[in-house]
Amino acid sequence: MFDDLSSKLQSTFKSLSGQSKITDLNIAEAVREIRRALLDADVNYEVAREFTKKVKDQALEQDVLTSVSPGQLFTKIVYDELTQVLGGQKEEIRFASTPPSVILIAGLQGSGKTTFTGKLAKYLKSKGRNPVLAAADVYRPAAIEQLKTLAEQIKVPVYSIEEKNAVRTAKEALQFARSNAHDVLIIDTAGRLHVDEKMMAEVSEIKKAVQPNEILFVVDSMTGQDAVNTAREFDKTIDFDGVVLTKLDGDTRGGAALSIRNVVEKPIKFISMGEKMDSLTPFYPDRMAQRILGM
Amino acid sequence: IGKDTVDDEVLDDLEEVLITSDVGVATTLKIIRRIEARVKKDKYLNTSELQQILREEIIALLRENDTDKPAEFGAETPAKPHVIMVVGVNGVGKTTTIGKLAWHYRQADKNVLLGAADTFRAAAVNQLTIWSERAGVPIVQQGQNADPAAVAYDTVASAKKRGADVVLIDTAGRLHNKKGLMDELSKIKRVMSKVVPEAPHEVLLVLDASTGQNAMQQAKAFTQAVDITGLALTKLDGTAKGGIVIGISSELNVPVKYIGVGEQAADLQVFDRVSFVNALFDKTP
Ligand SMILES: Nc1nc2c(ncn2[C@@H]2O[C@H](COP(=O)(O)OP(=O)(O)OP(=O)(O)O)[C@@H](O)[C@H]2O)c(=O)[nH]1
Ligand SMILES: Nc1nc2c(ncn2[C@@H]2O[C@H](COP(=O)(O)OP(=O)(O)OP(=O)(O)O)[C@@H](O)[C@H]2O)c(=O)[nH]1
Ligand SMILES: [K+]
Ligand SMILES: [Mg+2]
Ligand SMILES: [Mg+2]
Repeated sequence: MFDDLSSKLQSTFKSLSGQSKITDLNIAEAVREIRRALLDADVNYEVAREFTKKVKDQALEQDVLTSVSPGQLFTKIVYDELTQVLGGQKEEIRFASTPPSVILIAGLQGSGKTTFTGKLAKYLKSKGRNPVLAAADVYRPAAIEQLKTLAEQIKVPVYSIEEKNAVRTAKEALQFARSNAHDVLIIDTAGRLHVDEKMMAEVSEIKKAVQPNEILFVVDSMTGQDAVNTAREFDKTIDFDGVVLTKLDGDTRGGAALSIRNVVEKPIKFISMGEKMDSLTPFYPDRMAQRILGM
Repeated sequence: IGKDTVDDEVLDDLEEVLITSDVGVATTLKIIRRIEARVKKDKYLNTSELQQILREEIIALLRENDTDKPAEFGAETPAKPHVIMVVGVNGVGKTTTIGKLAWHYRQADKNVLLGAADTFRAAAVNQLTIWSERAGVPIVQQGQNADPAAVAYDTVASAKKRGADVVLIDTAGRLHNKKGLMDELSKIKRVMSKVVPEAPHEVLLVLDASTGQNAMQQAKAFTQAVDITGLALTKLDGTAKGGIVIGISSELNVPVKYIGVGEQAADLQVFDRVSFVNALFDKTP
């Protein structure tokens, strides 16, 4: 299981055999290996530093050198800690006690929001709910047609208006959901940069207008060091409830998951592993930990 | 006189700047080694001199653009039509970059033709059609779910007949680890050469500036499938620095040609190595 990092640590610790006590000094190389593995996996620089320190302290505390296989024990400490940080048990979406429940989808450009909106609708439909989608991306060329095409595949209605007004679209869609007995409204929004004040104000206004039960922040799992900046700013503006990691069908290590977990205390609720409407999966922290460490 | 070693503190700061810009550990170490070697030989006198050395070494890793594939929109292209195929993973900004390129070529009075060979992604053809209207250029399309290779073939054939200057072929986003989709891309490329033997003259790989180390795997796999000739780095209007292109450009020997700095037609610039490297060290986001 612990292939890559583990074998590196194995050989690092081999050179330490004969030394009876673990110290800051003789563990330095192993710590460097771990830090490098995290940075190669796109874990944020600061986060990697903090995480490595935590792991080192534990290794000192447990005195890994006195164990039969110090390399393996050290790897296990890293893996357990990572799993822990990535989140305990599975967290579900929160629904309103009186329907309709409103779910707001937000994130950077191209992260996979519209695709996820469709997938989530399909997933909820399979659980017996009756969702409707709001096409509140009024900027991207053909965004509404894209959502409608996906919605047609899964047989879910889309609410959209002629006027290019995202807040009004969301508000009216909520009315529509109420009067047509839809118990869930999922709002797809335009991609926006966290530094775009006007666009951040818009999503905040949408939030105010429809009071979502759940706000999901959609992140491309290939994101690098900047993941922390975007997550922090989106969280400041809309105080989201959960994270969706997309495009995990690729071969990215996905260190962004750890970075985001560290800067915002929000659970990762779903992962997306494909372009088709049926590849939505719940998030498992242990699998993600293995992936980040390249195990 | 002058120092012949760099202080550890300076190196630590440099490491932080590079890693947080997504340059990656391997390339960062490479840069640090180059600087150490250079300083040992030439020595440096003060911080600003060291800064200069540092920038020069990074700039040197970024490959220069090829003269037969000019980035300037008004420049003569060696072939007519000059065919550019645009590829990349999902959502990086391929279609938008094509729209912007079309607009810029049009501003420079070139006759442009777009080919809607992304027939897969929902409403991809609609999206490119809207861009063709914005840029004021014609488009060849056969609707959603058509054979992308057939669209590419027809587009190049039509460009030849019309005497178009530049052809831009959009392709569906695909993850580089999906063999079937990468093979399809090779095929799309191959059929174009049946109309114009040298086509496509360029294969532009689009990379999202917010992407981390996975971009290297992307670049390698796309190079293997379609032999990329240049990079376009999008979404630089955010806070991500796009440092991954340094390692890619140097290791795969491909130039960065364009950067994307927004969602509007005008928001595309010809890549400039000096301003890119300066931006890495720019503290204000
Ligand atoms: N392979 C893969 N592709 C995905 C996944 N999720 C989304 N995509 C693709 O990524 C691209 C962008 O997805 P969209 O859903 O349009 O992203 P978006 O966030 O709505 O984009 P904007 O509205 O432009 O900000 C499309 O090509 C999708 O098919 C995924 O989990 N895996
Ligand atoms: N801020 C910013 N957004 C950009 C830039 N380039 C593209 N985008 C946005 O990124 C999103 C995805 O762009 P597309 O052009 O659809 O990307 P694509 O690579 O064609 O996507 P697929 O065909 O689905 O793989 C859209 O919302 C674009 O408006 C850029 O330079 N800056
Ligand atoms: K992206
Ligand atoms: Mg969208
Ligand atoms: Mg596209």
